Amino acid sequence: MKQILILAYKLLVNDKGKYTALLVGTTFSVFLIVQMTSSFAGILTKASATVINIGASIWVMDPAATNSILSNVPMPDYVLDAVRSIRGVKYAVPLYSGTALVKLHDGTYQAVSVIGLDDSSLVGRPKLLEGDIDDIFAENGFIVVKDEEFPKLENPKLGTEFELNDYRGVIVGIATVPTGALYGTPTLYTTYYRAITYIPSMRFTISYVLVQPKSDSDIPYIKQQVARLGYLALTNREYQDAISSYLEYKTSIGTNTLLMTVISFLVGLSICGQTFYTFIIENLEHFGALKAMGAKGRELVYVILFQAGFTALVGYGLGIGLSTLLITAAKLRLPEYSSRVTYTNLGLAFVMVLMIASISGYAGVRRVLKIEPFEIFRG
Amino acid sequence: MPKGAIVAEKLTRWFGVGEARTYAVKEVSFEANWGEMLYIVGPSGSGKTTLLSMISGILRPNSGSVAVDGRDLWSLSDDEIADFRLNTIGFVFQDYHLFPRLTTAENVAIPLILQKRNWSEALSTAAQCLEIVGLGDKAQLPPTKLSGGEQQRVAIARAIVHQPEILVFDEPTASLDGETGRKIVSFVKTDILSAKRCIIMVTHDSRIFEYSNRIMEMEDGRITGFQQGQTV
Repeated sequence: MKQILILAYKLLVNDKGKYTALLVGTTFSVFLIVQMTSSFAGILTKASATVINIGASIWVMDPAATNSILSNVPMPDYVLDAVRSIRGVKYAVPLYSGTALVKLHDGTYQAVSVIGLDDSSLVGRPKLLEGDIDDIFAENGFIVVKDEEFPKLENPKLGTEFELNDYRGVIVGIATVPTGALYGTPTLYTTYYRAITYIPSMRFTISYVLVQPKSDSDIPYIKQQVARLGYLALTNREYQDAISSYLEYKTSIGTNTLLMTVISFLVGLSICGQTFYTFIIENLEHFGALKAMGAKGRELVYVILFQAGFTALVGYGLGIGLSTLLITAAKLRLPEYSSRVTYTNLGLAFVMVLMIASISGYAGVRRVLKIEPFEIFRG
Repeated sequence: MPKGAIVAEKLTRWFGVGEARTYAVKEVSFEANWGEMLYIVGPSGSGKTTLLSMISGILRPNSGSVAVDGRDLWSLSDDEIADFRLNTIGFVFQDYHLFPRLTTAENVAIPLILQKRNWSEALSTAAQCLEIVGLGDKAQLPPTKLSGGEQQRVAIARAIVHQPEILVFDEPTASLDGETGRKIVSFVKTDILSAKRCIIMVTHDSRIFEYSNRIMEMEDGRITGFQQGQTV
């Protein structure tokens, strides 16, 4: 077996023109598939940025608002008290999440996301690059996140002042968070009380109740009790999945990405399928000669499958490498570029490239199995 | 089963169905012996290649039998027939069918590779065979860099590399000039043919008749006669 696979390898790679065309087709296809799915994964991650950055174990929310962190439905204060009284809750704190307009020095307005942290615990606070976390309690204190949106606030420094809903705001800290936000707005952290004071609110003000269970085994009970209150408790992962699910299935982003991924697959399939089929057709007489000399049908099938599989694997590696290179380069130059190569993306691209190899190989196998050695004799 | 090198009895093969049925070979019986170089000659369409295919395990006859060294060829399974071709027959095709992307030595080694021999051992044996056909210095060249006569010798080396008992040549001189053709067939007769080997050669080329032991003439799918060539 090994010997005939060496023969298959030499027949493939020594045909440099065809082999290059096959590799280009597979690489290009994998590149497109990974680009599409990675961009989508990047969008999904950014959509859950606040959930990831705050990092609470359990998020209690109104069940009507699970689509995104910004579309929350405020809850009355008693929910916080009720949650705190559930057995298995270590602590529970309120969180404000909303948007506001900041008036900049040049007179223009910039939309911002405002996160109001529990005044007593500051649960979910970001990691500070500059400033002191205690200064968040200072008069009009706000912490700004230094992410790709940071320049939209005119690159504020410690002490920079701004105007928010006719209130004076002062930057007392510059922070960093694991994940930048999707919606293109800078993020400001302040205390819960200041947030609901400065930003116009509805009757109820708690966007979320963040819960830390005493242990993971308490989570089901907490969820059950929250449900009895008429609210919804989701673990961090579940909430991220709910946001992702909304984007995947209830917006055009998921459909468009799926379509583009399928198109990438079809482009790769058409290039590789046609090139590989041509490669087989051009070598058909050689396969016939091998058959005449005593090669069995299944051995020729191994040859073709090896050639298709080898091309697919090399093309897969090149495609992943090219994608990663481009994404890395893009992130260096374009801070707002959201793309993330995940194991799921790699797996999906691998499955698709295997499908390309299988379909291309199948067409070749059919032709080779049909060739009669007698045709070789007849010329 | 009779125990000549090849014993064909009432071999018949037709193509097409119904009114379109055409007999390529009709009830052909003959015997080829060890140590013999038997030519099959006749005009185009006389059934030479079809007959050659049936006796070498490539084309199944519609009726009749072929015994090779006493073994009924067409009673074997497909895999057994493939093994028979691989181990017992050496083929030299009319168009050589050398692989342009492989070196000459790799081309010659193909039957050994199909026999699952070790790659480097196969290449070493192939190089020895290329020495026999006078192309030892061309082992690393692709066949496309060789002349027609050299390519024919490569094809012969490939046919003999696995020491088959029966060699089958289909129009071996069709693409060669007269001088080269005669040289190659003379080489086959003197250096390749042995008492333990049988060579069947289909040809149109009367310039090489002098090298045969026996000539079998065919026309319209039937044997029309035998001529005695040189004796072994």
